[in-house]
Amino acid sequence: MASFVGVQFTFCFRIIVILFFLHFYRTSLSAHEIETQASHFFRSGHTNNWAVLVCTSRFWFNYRHVANTLSVYRSVKRLGIPDSHIVLMLADDMACNHRNPKPATVFSHKNMELNVYGDDVEVDYRGYEVTVENFLRVLTGRLPASTPRSKRLLSDDRSNILIYMTGHGGNGFLKFQDSEEITNVELADAFEQMWQKRRYNELLFIIDTCQGASMYERFYSPNIMALASSQVGEDSLSHQPDLAIGVHLMDRYTFYLLEFLEDIHPASQSNMNDLFKVCPKSQCVSTPGHRTDLFQRNPNSVLITDFFGSVRKVEITMSTMKLNPNNTERTEIDVNEEMVTTLQHYVDQLPVAEIIHQKPKQKDWHPPDGFILGLWTLIILIFFQTYGIKHLKHVF
Amino acid sequence: MAGAVFGMLLLFVFINFGSLTIKSEVSHLDEEQIFSTSKVSTEEEHQNQVSDTNFHHHRDTLQDEERTDPAELWTSPESRSQQYETPLVESHVEEGRQNEAPATRNGLAESGQPPKVNDRFQEELVIRPLLSGDVYSSFQFRTRWDTDLLNKQKKVSHFRLFPKSLGQVISKFSIRELHISFTQGFWRTQQWGPPFLPAPPGVELWVWFEHTVQDVDRSWKELTSVLSGIFCASLNFIDSTNTIQPSASFKPLGVANVTDQRFLRYAVLPREVVCTENLTPWKKLLPCDSKAGLAVLLKSEKLFHSSFHSQAVHIQPICQDLQCKKTSWELRQTLSVVFDLHATGQSKREWSLFKMFSRTLTEPCPLASTSKVYVDITETSKGDDLIEVAPAVTLQMQAVVLGDRRKYMVYDLMTPEPYGSLRSLNILLKWKLQDSEEMLPPILHAERYVGGYGLQTGEIHTLIYNNHPFRAFPILLMESVPWYLRLYIHTLSVISKGRENKPSYIHYRPSKDRQYPHLLEMLVQLPPNSITKVTVQFERALLKWTEYPPDPNHGFYVSSSVLSAQVPSAVALDANHTTEEPLFTNLFPIMEESSYFMRVYTEPLLVNLPTPDFSMPYNVICLTCTVVAVGYGSLYNLLTRTFQVEEPSAGLAKRIANVIRRLRGVPPL
Repeated sequence: MASFVGVQFTFCFRIIVILFFLHFYRTSLSAHEIETQASHFFRSGHTNNWAVLVCTSRFWFNYRHVANTLSVYRSVKRLGIPDSHIVLMLADDMACNHRNPKPATVFSHKNMELNVYGDDVEVDYRGYEVTVENFLRVLTGRLPASTPRSKRLLSDDRSNILIYMTGHGGNGFLKFQDSEEITNVELADAFEQMWQKRRYNELLFIIDTCQGASMYERFYSPNIMALASSQVGEDSLSHQPDLAIGVHLMDRYTFYLLEFLEDIHPASQSNMNDLFKVCPKSQCVSTPGHRTDLFQRNPNSVLITDFFGSVRKVEITMSTMKLNPNNTERTEIDVNEEMVTTLQHYVDQLPVAEIIHQKPKQKDWHPPDGFILGLWTLIILIFFQTYGIKHLKHVF
Repeated sequence: MAGAVFGMLLLFVFINFGSLTIKSEVSHLDEEQIFSTSKVSTEEEHQNQVSDTNFHHHRDTLQDEERTDPAELWTSPESRSQQYETPLVESHVEEGRQNEAPATRNGLAESGQPPKVNDRFQEELVIRPLLSGDVYSSFQFRTRWDTDLLNKQKKVSHFRLFPKSLGQVISKFSIRELHISFTQGFWRTQQWGPPFLPAPPGVELWVWFEHTVQDVDRSWKELTSVLSGIFCASLNFIDSTNTIQPSASFKPLGVANVTDQRFLRYAVLPREVVCTENLTPWKKLLPCDSKAGLAVLLKSEKLFHSSFHSQAVHIQPICQDLQCKKTSWELRQTLSVVFDLHATGQSKREWSLFKMFSRTLTEPCPLASTSKVYVDITETSKGDDLIEVAPAVTLQMQAVVLGDRRKYMVYDLMTPEPYGSLRSLNILLKWKLQDSEEMLPPILHAERYVGGYGLQTGEIHTLIYNNHPFRAFPILLMESVPWYLRLYIHTLSVISKGRENKPSYIHYRPSKDRQYPHLLEMLVQLPPNSITKVTVQFERALLKWTEYPPDPNHGFYVSSSVLSAQVPSAVALDANHTTEEPLFTNLFPIMEESSYFMRVYTEPLLVNLPTPDFSMPYNVICLTCTVVAVGYGSLYNLLTRTFQVEEPSAGLAKRIANVIRRLRGVPPL
């Protein structure tokens, strides 16, 4: 019926991008330049962004690990990845912990300016749910059928995935909840499985733990870029001790990472080389490492927002499209009136007489157990032993 | 009246039948069918007419500016069945001054949308200053929808006020009723009196399924995973080991004709923490989110800085009209919070909306049909002015809440009056006396603790107090104990006033290791002014080492036991039920006039189980022992064993033959 000047979205829609485009048109560049800029813009080849953020540490003194994860969560959410595309795993509840003097907050800095917990956080896996098994199942997509969407990583071969992990680790492993570990081999195999199942386009792996570089040295799947807070043999150190909260608020590497990310906005042109420079040894005490040999593109050309943001590409069409009104949406206002049922009533909440006279449940029939069968066999045996088969006619 | 209706119906049928005679010539066989369909259609038309007139009537009342009755839409259960949609004059309203100012209308009614709106949204906040100096605030948001979500033929796809996520869950799993609560902290009945809506610490979920559900356990399992996604909670930990099927407790709160307890499932996760991530999805279910109306007050950093926080979602079918032939779906979202005098109030007996929630009220939710704030001023009106309330409004009302007559000051947010010149409402409560006052003990309360010593056995003690001076009343005690505490049911004793009190009904389902928990239900008559002590001994089981959680030394929780009671009312409940009450006054349907239904939860228990040392020495000892056993064992075996050739054993047929031969007394083969 009504016709609209249609805007065909090849992908999802983002106002920012449209403004971005309009800006290009207005500056009236030559056609060639526009082409190159457009190809530059579409170079990353991904259509959607996902993030899996994991804190594997339990107990109050690991407050800083929760703060680490939440600060990355805050950044990716600010840069446009919606909650539905973030799988957040927190092994313990710090915000509403009874030891927290300011409930429902997690701070990343002593000056208490930035509450990284926020007022609209959605934690997908929490507490005992954060296990190695669940983490690997989320990555590889092998989850029970009834798992809700918010607990799944529904990525495809055009997805850029950011995986951030923090916790206590050692050479080649990361502890989960102080009771189990994931090894670097298991992790590398999980990524290979993801690649074979076409679950990612490119993957950025960041880990903030002691000897973090050991976690990515076994990776062998393509299109993975990895960063770690420390080299093998080094410890990752904490930062920001706070007297009121009583523990360290953050780890050094993530603290400077957050500082770096706070300056990024959706249209930023910072690339991965800038990210590699975050937290030099003078600040971190440990030496942050990175690995790019599996990655196809030059880190120079990879924007930070390719992983931390969700800048979707749109294509604008000038053709007119006709949209048919949806006729199925004829709501039945009065149709349900035919549902005349019998007289309904409210139930007595404590029907004492009824409860007292409630009949005990009839026992279901079950096959006779071994004792009964054995007893009967014995009886019959004794009978035949005593009388024999030929005397049966005298007995009956 | 009935005759007239019948006459009209007959007339319709007659007319329709008359018009159908032409059609009936075509095929005589179809006549009956056509006749029957025409009958249905006439009934429909008739009902449409009725509902239309009802609606006009209702709209008239909406425009009627004298409708100050706070309780009209917030019908209490018994009035739902008796006084439905008839505008009543609130007898308890002390009409100091009626609201003359035109109320801000429901935006949809104004904008000339189709007038037939079959869903409504109401919001209210009750603030009750407690004698201890703390403040109890209880929010209730109610969405009512006159539709049938369970009709398989006609799928409901258009949602307006009712949240789609929950609506789809109801129709997918054929749910009759769903009650879920998230609670942080324990409700202290002795200090605070009974709450409007009790809830145990942690997460409580109970669901009544429709009778058409084939595999209830499977639906329940899937439902819990879906709800865990909706509410960001670890509800997927609900499995058969903590699910029970109460035999007499937890009757449906909404309308229900048959109650077959097989369709009920109940589970509690006492360990579950409640924090912002649970509040966020809860707020998203509200039509106005937390952008407008009372929900702007729901800021997590204030709500969780409290002694008690409980949020709940209750979905149930309720009567749609007087006859109760049709049902509507009701979604009640409640949130209760108790702010602590010392932690939040800086030990000053002075509270305001801003101090509690760090926000003030500026507008109602534009989608709401009522939006009210009630402040309990019972203490003030008893003569000794204990608490001063500002700004004072003239609109007051009385209601019987949990057997007690209470007086409320009503702020109607639909009118501009409460906002004042500052255009914002910040209710102030100020205590005149600075020392706390002892409150009367509640009629019914209970406590529970673990006795015994050591890590092998123990005792669960439950103390139930009946503080009524002369009335005995029955309670139904329900306990669910996990399988790793093995109850010695023969040691169960119920003692009141030093004598054994024999329960008139006991239902006990023993546990099965790693499969289901113990369930104990008892109907006990509590003598007046007494303490009843229920004791049962248990033994702690050893878990397999993979079954221990990452922090086993914290202990293992046993969920609260539930007391359902029919408590005699201190104030006679209104005999005729003519008074309509606001929603908060009672969630449970009232069946008797002299007593009201109440549910009390005890403390959850924290029990230590024998825990292995998961640290290195334990592992080293295990490993060493294994090496020694395997190494030494095989060597010893080699040294001491003698080897010899063994005859192959006889065949089966030969053995059977030998048995028969032995029976016959013949030497074997």
